[in-house]
Amino acid sequence: MNSEEKTLVEIIDGNNQIDLAKYINYVSAPQAGAIATFSGTTRDTFEGKTVVELRYEAYVSMAIKNLKSICSAARSSWDLHSIAVAHRLGIVPVGETSVFVVVSATHRADALDACKFLIDELKASVPIWKKEVYSDGEVWKENLEFLERRLELGKDVGCCRRKIETAAHDKKSCCKPKVKVEEAID
Amino acid sequence: MKTKEDNLPAVQSVVKDESFVQIKVLFFAKARDITGLTELSMEVSSGSTTQDCLNKLVAKFPNLDEIRQCIVLVLNEEYTTESAVVKDKDELAIIPPISGG
Repeated sequence: MNSEEKTLVEIIDGNNQIDLAKYINYVSAPQAGAIATFSGTTRDTFEGKTVVELRYEAYVSMAIKNLKSICSAARSSWDLHSIAVAHRLGIVPVGETSVFVVVSATHRADALDACKFLIDELKASVPIWKKEVYSDGEVWKENLEFLERRLELGKDVGCCRRKIETAAHDKKSCCKPKVKVEEAID
Repeated sequence: MKTKEDNLPAVQSVVKDESFVQIKVLFFAKARDITGLTELSMEVSSGSTTQDCLNKLVAKFPNLDEIRQCIVLVLNEEYTTESAVVKDKDELAIIPPISGG
């Protein structure tokens, strides 16, 4: 019996950790030979400063809408079975997961590529913000992916058109600085 | 006097002023820190663009000018440009640089 293709997008408030197993189970299916996951967790340092915690907020209704649209774009570019994306709001302590993306597909290339696309697009366009809290201050972070994309956002450029550019991204991009730090306002 | 015919809405006794529109403005993250508000209701002249609305907001909250060059505007949950025209009951959101994930 084939399981239906499903998409789940959740923005989670409150102080509970993301239930990773729930989302993995959600996308699991007998015909999906591959499950790819990405988990974003709070790091303990940024540029030498000790991070106490991250605090997240979102324009929730738009974020859900955007995420669903990004999932549709992923489906039109790769052969996928199911998708689940969960993002936590509020305080996320060091080591805990703030965002979880999981994709199932028949074959691993589709699952892995779609998983990368989903998190890259989330970072470029979904209205969620995080404040990095140190022992001596706090700053709102800015995703480089958004800064590169912002001039196009209001125009009629569908995110699915970026698939080819995204797929061609330098594989070492995770080592490049991803965020720009703004000085905290006193 | 209210009348009702078939399925037509009842005629309001107050004539609506068509020269102004009322919009809701939402502030997030740094924009909220600057204004001290999560939202406000604003009246602008009919035909105003999102840029006109932003100008009015900066006039009211001059510190918004610090982030003006890096914000993006959202109208009714869709990214928009500064030339988009706002309509009555629209929801305009001030979106500072995002940092999800």
